[in-house]
Amino acid sequence: MSFEPTIIAFCCNWCSYAAADLAGTSRMQYPPNVRIIRVMCSGMVHPEFITKALDQGADGVMVLG
Amino acid sequence: MTLSEVAAISGEAGNFDVTIKEHPRYVDMERCIACGECVAKCPKKVDSEYDAATGTRKAIYVKYAQAVPLKYQIDERNCIMLKKGKCGICEKICPADAVNFKDSEKMHTLNVGAIVMAPGFEAFDPAAAGVWGYGRYPNVITSLQFERYMSASGPTEGHLIRPSDGKEITKVAFLQCVGSRDENKCGNGYCSSVCCMYAIKEAVMAKDHVPGLRTSIFMMDMRTHGKDFDRYYERAKEESGVRFVRCRVHGVEPEGNTGDLRLHYINEEGRQVEEYFDLVVLSVGMQIPGQVKKLSNLAGVKLTSDSFAATSDFSPVSTSKKGIFTCGAFAGPKDIPQSVLEGSAAAAAVADMLAPARGELTQEKTFPEERDVGSEDPCVGVFVCHCGSNIAGVVDVEAVAEYSQELPGVVHVEQNLFSCSQDTQDQMIQTIKQKGLNRVVVAACTPRTHEPLFRETLKSAGLNEYLVEMANVRNQNSWVHADSPETATVKAKDLVRMAVAKVARQFSLQPISVPIKQKGLVVGGGITGMTSALNLAKQGFEVHLVEKTEKLGGNAMFLGHTWSGEPISDKTVKLIDEVGRNENIIVHNGFEVTAAEGFVGNFRSTISTKDGVTKTIDHGVGIVATGAQPLRPKEYGYGRIPNVVTSLEFDRLFKLKEQHAVKAKSIVFIQCVGSREKDRMYCSKVCCTHSVQTAINLKQEDPSRMIYILYRDMRTYGQRESLFKKARELGVIFINYELHGKPRVDVKHKKALIEVWDHVLHRPLEIEVDMVVLATAIVANPDGDKLNKLYKVSLDGDGFYQEAHAKLRPVDFATDGMFVAGLAHYPKPVEESVAQALAASARAATLLSRTEVSLDAVKAEPDLHFCDGCALCLDVCPYHAIDLVEEPGDNGQIRKYISVNKAQCKGCGLCQGTCPKRGVAVQGFTMDQISAQIDAALDI
Repeated sequence: MSFEPTIIAFCCNWCSYAAADLAGTSRMQYPPNVRIIRVMCSGMVHPEFITKALDQGADGVMVLG
Repeated sequence: MTLSEVAAISGEAGNFDVTIKEHPRYVDMERCIACGECVAKCPKKVDSEYDAATGTRKAIYVKYAQAVPLKYQIDERNCIMLKKGKCGICEKICPADAVNFKDSEKMHTLNVGAIVMAPGFEAFDPAAAGVWGYGRYPNVITSLQFERYMSASGPTEGHLIRPSDGKEITKVAFLQCVGSRDENKCGNGYCSSVCCMYAIKEAVMAKDHVPGLRTSIFMMDMRTHGKDFDRYYERAKEESGVRFVRCRVHGVEPEGNTGDLRLHYINEEGRQVEEYFDLVVLSVGMQIPGQVKKLSNLAGVKLTSDSFAATSDFSPVSTSKKGIFTCGAFAGPKDIPQSVLEGSAAAAAVADMLAPARGELTQEKTFPEERDVGSEDPCVGVFVCHCGSNIAGVVDVEAVAEYSQELPGVVHVEQNLFSCSQDTQDQMIQTIKQKGLNRVVVAACTPRTHEPLFRETLKSAGLNEYLVEMANVRNQNSWVHADSPETATVKAKDLVRMAVAKVARQFSLQPISVPIKQKGLVVGGGITGMTSALNLAKQGFEVHLVEKTEKLGGNAMFLGHTWSGEPISDKTVKLIDEVGRNENIIVHNGFEVTAAEGFVGNFRSTISTKDGVTKTIDHGVGIVATGAQPLRPKEYGYGRIPNVVTSLEFDRLFKLKEQHAVKAKSIVFIQCVGSREKDRMYCSKVCCTHSVQTAINLKQEDPSRMIYILYRDMRTYGQRESLFKKARELGVIFINYELHGKPRVDVKHKKALIEVWDHVLHRPLEIEVDMVVLATAIVANPDGDKLNKLYKVSLDGDGFYQEAHAKLRPVDFATDGMFVAGLAHYPKPVEESVAQALAASARAATLLSRTEVSLDAVKAEPDLHFCDGCALCLDVCPYHAIDLVEEPGDNGQIRKYISVNKAQCKGCGLCQGTCPKRGVAVQGFTMDQISAQIDAALDI
């Protein structure tokens, strides 16, 4: 079985989260490995969240803002 | 009201009857959920208007992905069912039963007090003129088409390939002034004002898309007169390597069958050149569509000779017909920031007129009393939406619902065909009440569009509106993983699990209410400040107008006429008089703001005279209209050679009939004195028009006068272009110079001797003249920093005030409740200052018209158990919303902690991301909640 990474993405409500919505509206297809957590600004993402996610098994973390 | 047009207007200001014809949409707006199933099946393809015919759409369509309302419509000219009575596939497959072929035209009559005409413009169609080969050679496209090719949502997903053969482009030419500044081919003599800037933007962006792409812009004058535009222009030249060629190209020819295009032009050295390009982009201008001209006629609104709405420079958003206002490109070609602020300005003008009727028709929605759920354990209800087949067609919703039942805290799960439909909403309210739910998860579309709806649902069910969380299983799941239903189902379960984990840790939040002191403070008593103050006063608000000098009027007192010929000082005197007579305006001449505290709705400012007299003013909003000043030049022999004066000095000498000015037989104007140079890389916007206007007056008075204007780019933008043309017709000589070859001024036989390189003759010229007039820059007031410190209103690098967003919030400061207008923001002519002044008033009135303003409860909240007052968050807060509190503690030491001003906090959480001690968190996005989401995402 091929490697299927689990990725946590922190998306800013005003830009990248909206972009992820728009990707849907435009029916763009991408692999289902990302779990998006909506935040009000990427600046809200505490470093602790990133280490925690990696610690607990996430293969990658994206902070998008 | 969409798909609607005005069929008739009758009545008068304060009492218009407007007849509106609503064309059939053939889709029920209440039912359509914008799933797009119909589009997938519709067999009829036509050119997409939005894609400027670079791509196609179906006969049932939504104009573009972000359209509002996001509802489909059927194009009756192309629908097979409507034309031939066959097909109807969309009706059959629509999961929401929204298609209605029997829809028909409806007429509505509205009784209104005022009308705002904002019909916009159409892009010039270059096909008819023929010379550019548009419509004949596929690789000649318009700038709008190029925009679509560059867009990720465009026909090539942003890949720049040429239409004829799909070859990646390597060399592109932009031809400026297509459909503008051209009376021969189209009759549009005016400048469209926006094309120079958009062409540069397209060239720079295209270079990002295709590394190594060569871009050339062929232009007559580069008109980048807007705020920060010249800097962009310089960067395009110096950093991006966009080539600019000063030449109007009059023909495009194909090179055999290669698809390449040949341009034949004369370069700056005067040589004839042939050059080949892959693609030619025509920078098309703006014009007023025929139907808008008809509508104007219908409404009795006068148009200018260029077919734009005729307005006065002192009331730039009022049409010739009382009670009908205008904004945007209909009132003259303009860009986004100016259009946006004119939109607000039109609102201000309407608010002034309709002030007595304010609030008459408003109704307040009431909700049942909120149930206190603080002591209850989470009882979560999960509503899984099918969204027709949008979610259910991919995700196994049964499995998701079943799975959700097992999640901790979940007591109720149900599936809805459409969770957002009115009947489901009603049912959801009942379920919440009957099952005693105290938390809700809706697994459906995106919270960005639907969270407000479900918050209302909770409120109607007597629950706190913040106790709902959405799991985005459509936009971010079923729609993007249509090919992998199994993994999409797994992901949907994960998303629901994350939402349940988060909402279980959500507490009731109360919206914050901030009282508003219904008074305004306007700083600066020039045209801008007076216009703002007067508008607010006429809307019924008390306004304090603070002027630094002993009298009102500002720079306007030294100006002659606006570009269209209206006398500025006369009108300003009338304005001063009107301000003086208005009971709502309290003028403080000779005062400056010396101290300020507070925040939106609740400012307290201290104003003082030079002699130390002070007053305190409580106010809800502030408008900064402190103006700017003319530069005192240090070049061209100014101050040393008596014949060299600035344009304002020349105006004064001429007005006073000073002999050496009046008798001057030869005059040279030098443009861009102090503007568009290294340390002042901006255009002062008014000087080209000013010099041209003065030159016209001088020539008309005495045609034997020799007038020369030495310029870099003649920026008589918009309808001012007619002045430039008139000056040329009158025999004013225009000589172009470049920054590296500035004119030199010396004295010879009591005259001034100018040396300049002539761009037509390609040789140096010597001109002996009686007078030299320097078109000097407008510079920011040196003390702008004072207000910056007092109200936290930021300045840009040139010392002008910085608006919150260049395009979308052109008169707001980033600090809530503070607004900017006039020269304090950037150099601009009178009518733009007036429009901005009105816009600032409109924005201010949105606050002043209420006694309190309700803010979202998603704000930072300090946790005083953990906060130790280290104050790291103070520096990162972009809204200056956090203060450090120091007070004596129990043990005799100073206790430090932070306090957040909720009125200023925007809930961005930079404090939360910075705090090393969990001392502050944004409600609804706490550390605990996000941690729980991470755990749930990873199924811990």
